[in-house]
Amino acid sequence: MKDAAAPLKKTPLSDLFREMGARLVDFAGWEMPVQFSSLLEEHRAVRGAAGVFDVSHMGEIEVRGRSALAVVQRLTCNDAARLAPGQAQYSALTTESGTFVDDILVYRRGPEHFLLVVNASNTGKDFDWIAARAAGEVEVVNVSARWAQIAVQGPRAQDILKSVAPLDWAPIRYYHFVEAELLGGPALVSRTGYTGEDGFEIYLPPPKAPDLYRAILRAGTPLGLLPCGLGARDTLRLEAGMPLYGNDIDETTTVLEAGLGGVVRFEKGEFLGREALLRQKSAGVSRSLKGFEMIDPGIARHGYQVKVNGEAIGLVTSGSFAPHVRKNIGLTYVPSRQDGVGTRIQIDVRGRDAAAVIVPTPFYRRPR
Amino acid sequence: MSKGNGIYPEDLKYTKEHEWVAVHGNVGTVGITHYAQSELGDIVYVELPAVGTAVVAGEEFGSVESVKAVSEVYAPASGEVLEVNGALAQSPETINKDPYTEGWLMKIKMADPNELKGLMSAAEYRKHIEDESN
Repeated sequence: MKDAAAPLKKTPLSDLFREMGARLVDFAGWEMPVQFSSLLEEHRAVRGAAGVFDVSHMGEIEVRGRSALAVVQRLTCNDAARLAPGQAQYSALTTESGTFVDDILVYRRGPEHFLLVVNASNTGKDFDWIAARAAGEVEVVNVSARWAQIAVQGPRAQDILKSVAPLDWAPIRYYHFVEAELLGGPALVSRTGYTGEDGFEIYLPPPKAPDLYRAILRAGTPLGLLPCGLGARDTLRLEAGMPLYGNDIDETTTVLEAGLGGVVRFEKGEFLGREALLRQKSAGVSRSLKGFEMIDPGIARHGYQVKVNGEAIGLVTSGSFAPHVRKNIGLTYVPSRQDGVGTRIQIDVRGRDAAAVIVPTPFYRRPR
Repeated sequence: MSKGNGIYPEDLKYTKEHEWVAVHGNVGTVGITHYAQSELGDIVYVELPAVGTAVVAGEEFGSVESVKAVSEVYAPASGEVLEVNGALAQSPETINKDPYTEGWLMKIKMADPNELKGLMSAAEYRKHIEDESN
């Protein structure tokens, strides 16, 4: 159990955010900025120019040694053998029943060296899960305290970072990364993100984080960059149709039900949850995570009840006003026979049945 | 930054739930305070009662929603809804920009002016939000 009186953990940027007048909240035991100026402006800045996010609360777990690949292969559903050093992939730590221990990023730093980036709220659980199942010649270390993480997202991200550090940013392809020197220290620079835009996630030692963050603000502000909080991060990822652990996916939902069959690589061989997922695949999932758009006025929110033809089918897992597409959108699990695009559903918006319709996701796709 | 530093006009009456009411004869114009809009953040949706509805002092008459949160709004006095601010359907952000003039929510014909005696003055309301945020 979490001690309610425990002081909030601070990122290396917490003091700077206090100075900047950001609104700070408790997020998974961390003091994090939820908003700087206006959530709407922050969201739109990322879609139109760029935004900078502190995501230092994310956890990092290192898996190294001769059995490192075998351990990662055994515990995650995507195929880590397909990663060359310098490549990353979206994946999941899966239970025996094919549900999520967590959704994660797997970075291959070397032939026998992986870095798993995990959700802040799951860091301890994930580390214990992996450590308890790591067989062979392998070292599993929770290195979360060694890494701060700053994300720069949006169409101007690369232009801004070019003037922050003399690094060859352009050749870094999507889901690739380089290990580089940044502001006189080591850094891992990855072309990834959680907003639906082009952008970078930069991992660096905590003492360097304030300098990098300030340099990004200085270079980016004239180009329309805004400092962004977790509020905008949430609406951006929802518009981009990306699930959030704890809301849309957890230990009760399988990777296939979440619509993430693309990261389940049965052909790679044995992994935890493979049998259950194979069974589910051949039988067909009984429910799946779908996007919906409100037709009637009202905003669907996490936990609101969802009905089809008056019959309760589940709860809204994520719901919000979507600032860029300017619609009220959400995600929910829908029984498979009723999950087609165009299907009418009803959301119980505080006692009123409001009409909504199932739509394709993502709700937003960036222009290329 | 002190939360009581917002703008709270002297000629309005305030509720504990952060509504204001401007009184002209037996007509009360109702809205939410600067503090309320600032705590909510960007307002994107407003639900208001139909004209002719009866509202009861201290009871919910509608809701104001930001991207992140829903906030019910409570009637400062009992009476009948005479008019609602229809412009907010198209531009709910007006409440953020101008909570006391263009951002009003509804006008009511008040049943009992004595109910206003329980409301706060601007100075009392400032003290109330200082206490609430500490």
